[in-house]
Amino acid sequence: MLEVKTRKQNTVAIVEIEGEVDLYSSPQLRKVLLELTKEKSPAILVDLANVKYMDSSGVATLVEALQQVGKYSGNLKLANLRDAVKDVFELSRLDKVFDIYQSTNEACSAFK
Amino acid sequence: MKEIEIKLPSDPRYLKIIRNGISHISEICGFSDEECNALTIAVDEAAANIIKHTYNGDENQTIIVRFTIKDDRLEIILRDFGKKIDPKNIKPRNLDDIRPGGLGVHLIKSAMDEVTYDNSPEVGNQLIMTKYLPGGK
Repeated sequence: MLEVKTRKQNTVAIVEIEGEVDLYSSPQLRKVLLELTKEKSPAILVDLANVKYMDSSGVATLVEALQQVGKYSGNLKLANLRDAVKDVFELSRLDKVFDIYQSTNEACSAFK
Repeated sequence: MKEIEIKLPSDPRYLKIIRNGISHISEICGFSDEECNALTIAVDEAAANIIKHTYNGDENQTIIVRFTIKDDRLEIILRDFGKKIDPKNIKPRNLDDIRPGGLGVHLIKSAMDEVTYDNSPEVGNQLIMTKYLPGGK
């Protein structure tokens, strides 16, 4: 099962995900991210510390959110990727497309 | 030679069973952590593609996954009973084209040494994926 929680830290909307993101669970993540982009949230940080697995549908969801954010000149960053998730981004060559940080604090400071 | 077969419904909530299977089997075969992750995602993507494209999201069809550990290789066959897929239409997308979707075939081909789409069965398709064992080729 996937758990997706959103909290605010100053102006940053932090999306904390826990579980495995796959074809079954990615629509749940998509719903949360698209709600944030719909309200033109200027800074979105996706915290992947507790994501053990992500498939291409999860990656596609993040790409879609990144593109939506780009439309209103907002910012979306990723933090705390585990090795298995990092591998998927590297294999897809998307590690160069996303701003990826080692920690949520580091990512939050980078929004300023 | 050792054979393990999993038969399951084409419902995405059961994909985790396939992932647990391939993850454990690739570990037994002695693949590195990185290779185990890549094999897990490849088999998961292949099964997800069957659900999305062959069965068009119908959750009540059947997928059979057969893992065969041979002397020099791990062979994984995914069998479906849906509409025929033309192998010519299965292409990895250009990675410079940044857009949602279309990464599955790329992830499958990156992880495996050989990938063959076989639509010769009377009904459905089978995807044969091979990864040579460490020191096996």
